[in-house]
Amino acid sequence: MANPTLSWNLVHDVHELLAYQFMVNALQAGTIVAVMAGVVGWYMVLRRQSFAGHTIAVMSFPGAAGAALAGVPGAVGYYLTCGIAALAIGREGGAGRRGRSRESAAIGVVQVAGLALGFLFLSLYSGVLEQLETLLFGTFLGIDRNQVLTLLLVAIVVLVALVLVGRPLLLASLDPEVALARGVPVRALDFGFLLILGLAVAATSQITGALLVFALLVAPPAAAQALTPRPGPSLVLSVVLALLVMWLALGISYFSIYPLGFFVTSLGFGVFLLAKLTGLARARRVRRGRGQDGAGSQEPQPVVAA
Amino acid sequence: MLGHEFIRNAYLAGTLIALACGIVGWFTVLRGQVFAGDALSHVAFVGAIAAAVAGVDERVGLFALTLGLAAAMAGLGSRAQADDVTIGVVFAWVLGIGVLLIAVLGTSSSGGSGLIVANTLFGSIFGLSSGQSLVAAAVGLGVVLATLSIARPLLFASIDPELAALHGVPVRILGLALLLLIGAVTAEGTQAIGALLVLGLIAAPAGAALRLTSKPYLGMAISAAIALVAMWGGIALSYGIPSLPPSTAIIGLAVGAYALASMASTIAL
Repeated sequence: MANPTLSWNLVHDVHELLAYQFMVNALQAGTIVAVMAGVVGWYMVLRRQSFAGHTIAVMSFPGAAGAALAGVPGAVGYYLTCGIAALAIGREGGAGRRGRSRESAAIGVVQVAGLALGFLFLSLYSGVLEQLETLLFGTFLGIDRNQVLTLLLVAIVVLVALVLVGRPLLLASLDPEVALARGVPVRALDFGFLLILGLAVAATSQITGALLVFALLVAPPAAAQALTPRPGPSLVLSVVLALLVMWLALGISYFSIYPLGFFVTSLGFGVFLLAKLTGLARARRVRRGRGQDGAGSQEPQPVVAA
Repeated sequence: MLGHEFIRNAYLAGTLIALACGIVGWFTVLRGQVFAGDALSHVAFVGAIAAAVAGVDERVGLFALTLGLAAAMAGLGSRAQADDVTIGVVFAWVLGIGVLLIAVLGTSSSGGSGLIVANTLFGSIFGLSSGQSLVAAAVGLGVVLATLSIARPLLFASIDPELAALHGVPVRILGLALLLLIGAVTAEGTQAIGALLVLGLIAAPAGAALRLTSKPYLGMAISAAIALVAMWGGIALSYGIPSLPPSTAIIGLAVGAYALASMASTIAL
């Protein structure tokens, strides 16, 4: 790699970025991952399944360690363990307060069982230890064409599946009782969504690492949902924000000596914080506006473009 | 086996850490706050790395970060329970800072960062010095006593927060207290079985106990007992089978107990 130099000329900077094949691969992979995470994460946040998402994300660690031990490609392990974890979590689903507390314990147990196994694999196969940080925190260097193509394939499968079940899934997520009454197969959708989540996470964690997939899955959708309550626009916004975070993080980390994961999580956190503050400010304005209307004030409210 | 000093240290620290995890864990699971416990334990890892970068004792970083985040979570949420999205975003960010610190550590000291990372993530209960295990045992005992002393009002506040608030129970303060206790337990447990696995001792024994009985004090006792048996058995197993890491053995037993309890309660239904 030539010395990366950052100048004020943005066009030149982007040119420099795109001059390297590895950077082009990273950008393509990052774009695919961001679109997928933006959509899948949006449903995950809506369904309050962040803990399940985090747990499935972490499962790629035992997957990779186990695959190394068994001598099969890492991706096989990723998809296998993420899928198993999704099924194990889906089995424990339940409604009501009692079900919720039971579910959270079950997810926690699934997570540590996987991690403990991963640690066992790691210590049995001493060679992986150097890669521990990469497994957990990812790398964007050394992504090859095949990986980009595989990612693209997985993304298409995931997005097509979500398009097919999107509307019933939305109803089942927002109001399970009504959905059941209308004949929507809520239980099957619960399972199906967890499997989709597992697939998306397994693909994503190969780039961002087991611990940081989650940042991309949760921050942009949470920000989007804080900004607008309407499903369509907020889903689009979620994808846009995820893309923004990914591209900026990749750009910055090219010119920096520090790891991609730090920039992805920090930008994600920043986006979430800004969205929350905007949402709070707007809620306060609405409340104040109502209060003055109630008092019979005829003063026109200042209209601030959001 | 007990002739070795490192085994005696492991048993001393492990016993009280297990008891603390079992009892605090029971409330954590009852209130459905396992995700908060998960976030706190992952953040403990960042605390340890930060301490290594700053060159101070690991425990300073562990406790500072877990207790700080516990207080922040209590402040952010209604009824001192942050919602899962906020927890997720915040702790993903803290983990990102951890990644940055690992990179800083890697460039400042020549090598060695890999070992610190592995030890913090997965623990090294056999590596505790006698001083460390004494402090760990003392903190564990403190957590157990503190939890038991607030057990009655905390139980009330967990089961019916509105009614408890009407009766003058300080629901918010109790929520904060529990999060701080979880923070202390995770910081403590991180040294023994690692930031990624300490959740197992919080969630699995308590989850099993809540499957077996809905009586509060009996449940707490069962939860503590399962955690204790997993800890003792895990240490012994790993001593007997050298290729089995102690953390994996301990968590394996705890998860096994949860699976058995889960099956037993399904059959009983």
